[in-house]
Amino acid sequence: MLSSVVFWIAAVLAVSGALGVVTTRNPVHTALSLVLTMLSLGVLFLLLHAEFLAVVEVLVYAGAVMVLFLFVVTLLMAGVKPPKEEHHLRLAYQTLIAGLFGLILFVLVLHSVVGAGWVGTLAGPQGGSFGSIASFGTALFTRYLLPFELTAVVLLVAVIGVVVLGREQE
Amino acid sequence: MLTVILILVKGLITAVLLLSAFGLMTWLERKVLARFQFRPGPNRLGPAGVLQFVADGLKLVFKEEIIPTAADRVVYLLAPFISLTAALIAFAVIPWGPPIHIFGQTVPMEIGGPNIGILFIFAVTSLGVYGLILGGWASSNKYSLLGGLRSTAQIISYELAMGLAVTGVLLAAGSADLNTIISKQYHLWFIVPQILGFIIYLITMVAETNRTPFDLPEAENELVAGYHTEYTGLKWAMYMMAEYINMITVSGLATTLFLGGWHGPWLPPEIWFIIKVAAFMYFFIWLRATLPRLRYDRLMAFGWKVLLPVALLNTLATAVWVAVAR
Repeated sequence: MLSSVVFWIAAVLAVSGALGVVTTRNPVHTALSLVLTMLSLGVLFLLLHAEFLAVVEVLVYAGAVMVLFLFVVTLLMAGVKPPKEEHHLRLAYQTLIAGLFGLILFVLVLHSVVGAGWVGTLAGPQGGSFGSIASFGTALFTRYLLPFELTAVVLLVAVIGVVVLGREQE
Repeated sequence: MLTVILILVKGLITAVLLLSAFGLMTWLERKVLARFQFRPGPNRLGPAGVLQFVADGLKLVFKEEIIPTAADRVVYLLAPFISLTAALIAFAVIPWGPPIHIFGQTVPMEIGGPNIGILFIFAVTSLGVYGLILGGWASSNKYSLLGGLRSTAQIISYELAMGLAVTGVLLAAGSADLNTIISKQYHLWFIVPQILGFIIYLITMVAETNRTPFDLPEAENELVAGYHTEYTGLKWAMYMMAEYINMITVSGLATTLFLGGWHGPWLPPEIWFIIKVAAFMYFFIWLRATLPRLRYDRLMAFGWKVLLPVALLNTLATAVWVAVAR
């Protein structure tokens, strides 16, 4: 009972945050809408008993990635006015195409969710070590070892790239 | 239903206690700082001026509320609220005493005890930085903006070293649950095997709360008052409350992780918890009276080139030690 109330609140907030991302004009408001969606997703993870994932969603995405987004946006936006309505109208056909692709994606997701028979179930796998740090770590270092290590290499490449690009020219 | 009521009651009690502690702390800071500087400090209201914080609070309530014309109104009003909320929520999982028994029920002292306790605190405090960056941006003032940006860069940088320092404790205890961590320290506090982690934590906790010598975001000689330059009255007070409650939270976490939590002989556990936290709070004031502010580039270089590698080494050494001991 209580969990379905929480689910609906989080679900509505997540969707309205996502709508805010595409409708708000001001980049800072856009970023904040995205934060709202991420926090709501964190709550939804909690409802599915995935405690670790919920915390990581908030800690990494809302707490670090989006803060860096805001850092750049506020730095570049200082003294710049957000674009006016006319600019928006110039993007009329892009809006249509984006809407169309969004709709197709939504139908595909809906189709696979209904096809998998996930409709009407709110409870995730109950009890045991599901969602704990230990089970998460075990899965990461046994079954998903190769993707995990490859991600690490990708990150290393990115770090080295930043150092090379950011170095002062001699 | 009973659980929900219990959580609400505990939440209310904790919030009231934290806000009273904030009031007392502002008085204590002024008093102790005055002693360091050979002044009497506040001494007019109540015994030893202890009621000074009530007068301060009343003054702030009656201050004129100013919202800059160029400010982004919604974000401007939201920002101090985010800071204070994040500060209050973070304390919720810190156990400040053993469970008590009333009406045949066993009631833990903390509001919620998820088995990811430490990570919960990190997740919530990482949201608190939004209050600073948004407040700085929404004020439409260059000093505010620079203060907000500095705080973001500083907190994100030092958060990494802090997280790694805590990881050492997490590995040594084999759990992220705060109650388990406390019970593992029954014979030996983690400050002994994790002394390096403790020192790193001590430095980063001062940086995370924007206190001297790491109070760059509000360096008054260059940034007026940083991110809260344009804030007045109660909204400014909310930022202050958030800062002091964050100090209490990081001190409470330090107590829990390194000083054995509420364990102690003779005195009741809650008193032991308060004594240990108070020692850290005194340390904050002591630092403020002693050290000058760091230069910004030095601060970032220290965080990335010294603290982070040392914290990484500490984590690695602890991991090896745990693996060998097993």
